[in-house]
Amino acid sequence: MKLELRGISKAFGSFYANKDIDLTVDDAQIHCLLGENGAGKSTLMNVLYGLYQPTEGQILLDGKPVEFSGPGDAMASGIGMVHQHFMLVPVFTVAENIALGAETTKAGGVLDLQVTRKKIREISDRYGFDVDPDAVVEDLPVGVQQRVEIIKALVREAKILILDEPTAVLTPQETDELLDIMRQLKANGTSIVFISHKLREVRAVSDVITVIRRGQVIDSVSPESSTTELANLMVGRAVELNLNKAAATPGQAVLQVKDLTVVDPAGTTTLDSVTLDIHAGEILAIAGVQGNGQTELTEAILGTQPVTGGSVKLAGQELVGKSVKQILRSGLGFVPEDRSVHGLVTQFSIEENLVLDLYDRPPFGKGISMNLEAIKKNAAQQIQGFDVRTDNPLNPASSLSGGNQQKVVMARELSRDLKLFIASQPTRGVDVGSIEFLHRRIVAERDKGTPVMIVSTELDEVMELADRIAVLYKGRINGIVPGDTSREVLGLMMAGVSQEEALAQAEFAKAENEPVEAQPASEHDNQEGEAQ
Amino acid sequence: MTSSTLQPAINVLPSKKTPIILSVIAVIVFFSFGLLGNDQAAHFTLNSAGDAFELPELVFPGRITNIVFGVLLLAIAAYAWMQRKQGRILATWMVAIAAVLFVLGFLIWVVSGANINSISLASLLAGGVVLAVPLVFGSLSGVLCERAGVVNIAIEGQLLGGAFTAALVASLTQSAFAGLVAAGLAGAMVSLVLAVFSIKYVVNQIIVGVVLNVLVSGITGFLFTTVMQEDPERFNSPAHLPVIEIPLLSSIPVIGPILFKQSVIGYLMYLAVFLVWFGLFKTKWGLRVRAVGEHPKAADTLGIKVNAIRFWNVTLGGIVAGIGGSFFTLVAIDSFTKEISGGRGFIALAAVIFGRWNPIGAFLAALLFGFADNLQVILTIIGTPVPSQFMAMMPYLVTIFAVAGLVGRSRGPAAAGEPYVKE
Repeated sequence: MKLELRGISKAFGSFYANKDIDLTVDDAQIHCLLGENGAGKSTLMNVLYGLYQPTEGQILLDGKPVEFSGPGDAMASGIGMVHQHFMLVPVFTVAENIALGAETTKAGGVLDLQVTRKKIREISDRYGFDVDPDAVVEDLPVGVQQRVEIIKALVREAKILILDEPTAVLTPQETDELLDIMRQLKANGTSIVFISHKLREVRAVSDVITVIRRGQVIDSVSPESSTTELANLMVGRAVELNLNKAAATPGQAVLQVKDLTVVDPAGTTTLDSVTLDIHAGEILAIAGVQGNGQTELTEAILGTQPVTGGSVKLAGQELVGKSVKQILRSGLGFVPEDRSVHGLVTQFSIEENLVLDLYDRPPFGKGISMNLEAIKKNAAQQIQGFDVRTDNPLNPASSLSGGNQQKVVMARELSRDLKLFIASQPTRGVDVGSIEFLHRRIVAERDKGTPVMIVSTELDEVMELADRIAVLYKGRINGIVPGDTSREVLGLMMAGVSQEEALAQAEFAKAENEPVEAQPASEHDNQEGEAQ
Repeated sequence: MTSSTLQPAINVLPSKKTPIILSVIAVIVFFSFGLLGNDQAAHFTLNSAGDAFELPELVFPGRITNIVFGVLLLAIAAYAWMQRKQGRILATWMVAIAAVLFVLGFLIWVVSGANINSISLASLLAGGVVLAVPLVFGSLSGVLCERAGVVNIAIEGQLLGGAFTAALVASLTQSAFAGLVAAGLAGAMVSLVLAVFSIKYVVNQIIVGVVLNVLVSGITGFLFTTVMQEDPERFNSPAHLPVIEIPLLSSIPVIGPILFKQSVIGYLMYLAVFLVWFGLFKTKWGLRVRAVGEHPKAADTLGIKVNAIRFWNVTLGGIVAGIGGSFFTLVAIDSFTKEISGGRGFIALAAVIFGRWNPIGAFLAALLFGFADNLQVILTIIGTPVPSQFMAMMPYLVTIFAVAGLVGRSRGPAAAGEPYVKE
């Protein structure tokens, strides 16, 4: 099915999230929408899926104009969408989730899941999904949940499939599998709109790449364009993708975590005897798929997470059992993973946010009063030093873009003398330009001799920053490896394969792929796929 | 550098709660009920008037029986501690046996120490079911609303509104069935307010519910004093629903009076429990309702009208609770009095949680509370060593212990209480 968007605009109040967008997706084409977070990709797709009404413009399917008053209409016209946050009911089985909204029933509205089960098995067999219709969704790994979402669209006979940031939650191996699935779908005649900001995937799978920036189409380019070209288009100026940081000169082990264990109130062990050291002047990155204990690890060190067992020593001092305030005072700088919830009080001014954990100490506080003059001076200094883009430090933090908010958090945490710096997802949802800046600051802190812990689910970021990498899997450390470990090995380890096994497998795959490597990475494509 | 850091997992033992509770009740049964208990025998009769055949009377010597029960319970408690040490949780049936032993032990202890050493088990159970009827309807209302994602604190108001309207209409028309229908409508009216404010105007559901309870209590109280008490003959002498006995079946001892000697509302209760359960878990409607209560956005992306489903479910819940309320004035008591529902709407709310948002679970929980309520009445009559004020606390103590102690954390519908607003 051919999809055309003509002059689509979507305004929220006076703000245009999409402005005059033209887009054509041909039959059996993988069309990528490339853009930074907040560029308006998801808004556009929600318009296409009937969740939003366009302010202006027209949607055409096979040349005929259509109007969707809700997702039901879009589905009926053959559009399916896999949302970034899965739209699956966690306590339902796969079959129940897929039947929902399009149930087959016996007399009297009695549910008949047999038909649905059969359809699931058919699709599952055709694409090699290996999905059990009677498994409960919340027990399934995210990769499989995503397949359930794809099946959900296919059962409804979607001819156009929208994938909204589908790889954000996947391990590198799962990502490769998804790219294969996309190629298969295309071979079977499904058109795919693939939304992403990850250049590597986009280049690997797309037929056409349309770049969106600030709600407008910038250009449509071929996947042969280089990563630098794409990055420049996406950001709107030349960006440096390589950090080229100097080698680390690690000193003594300053942070010593031993057998740290966290059990949540439901009785699940979320962090399981984690032992690691971080030396002065090195960056240890914690890699892993989201939800494997990263949050618990950082929060246990900060003291906001009750610890079941083990110890955390910072420069010989035990941290477990101390209050958060005491721990921060002993020299911990902490950038939480969700800046707008835990990093900032978004209604407070930028000025105030810059002294959130310093307000009661000189020079900012004395007795019961705060020194507003000093706070103001500090703000001016930090805003300049971190290049925070704002016209007034008294504006609320919520008025800032994601990247600038993160700069405020980072500026505050780095403005103290630190013995340890922890940053969780330091650049999640941050524009490419700011990423570069923030990364340089982190490396600069390392070079001052501070031990740094970076927690990131983005493998690119981990590999960019790390001197050593610890892989977390199901709450355990599944090996600590050097910073230059290959993407393949890390990916396998993130999926739970032991370090030795991962090295051996990667070695084997390399030997096997050597002759094929010269061709583009399309060995899984079948003939039809190549032809189109 | 560590090459392999996969260490053995630390053994995290299961919670101590169950073994501790079991130990405490074992000690209570063994010492208080057993060693320090009364020597007299406790008599339990199983027959009631009109039974087809005689069953023997059950007689337990007070002290000896409870010492035996105590030893059994101590053994279970010890086993629970052993299991915990090995990282295992005691099987549910063992916990159930312990609970039954404790309840029996308590009954035997109280009856053997009372002025009259005999109670009728048949009427204890049958009376418990009767007291549970409004609770069951109330909890079904709660299940219907919460499964669709709306917290219904207004069950109390719905019961009370149903009771009042049933009394008024059944008095004016002298037709109990008209009263029954009117009660359903009254419950629906209360629900309508809840639905409109919490769904359309996105007001906090708890607050609307609480306000509704106060509002219904105020309106019915006002109309009671200004209208009903002015002319009770005309406005407050409702026609009653007869008790329908099913021939033969109703004369089976113990079971007969419970299942086959009920008013229309009593039979409706069994039907309603089944229908709600079947509807929620076996039909297309139920799948959609549960989806809306768990993940409304997912339902929305599949073209399901979230707020419409919520609206109708809340209304349906109101009808169900209203009918439950009519039980007070059409079956149980002669006429309406102020606050006739007496907080049972809140106990019904506890039954929803205790029953884990499942209609059958809620039904059983409501039965338990009804039973505790009735036991309290009967024990006060036979004159026990325990002061009657303490006895009156029993249904509520049972509620607290049931919800907090034995159930543990139960997980309700994920989106209950959260309004769904489209961006």
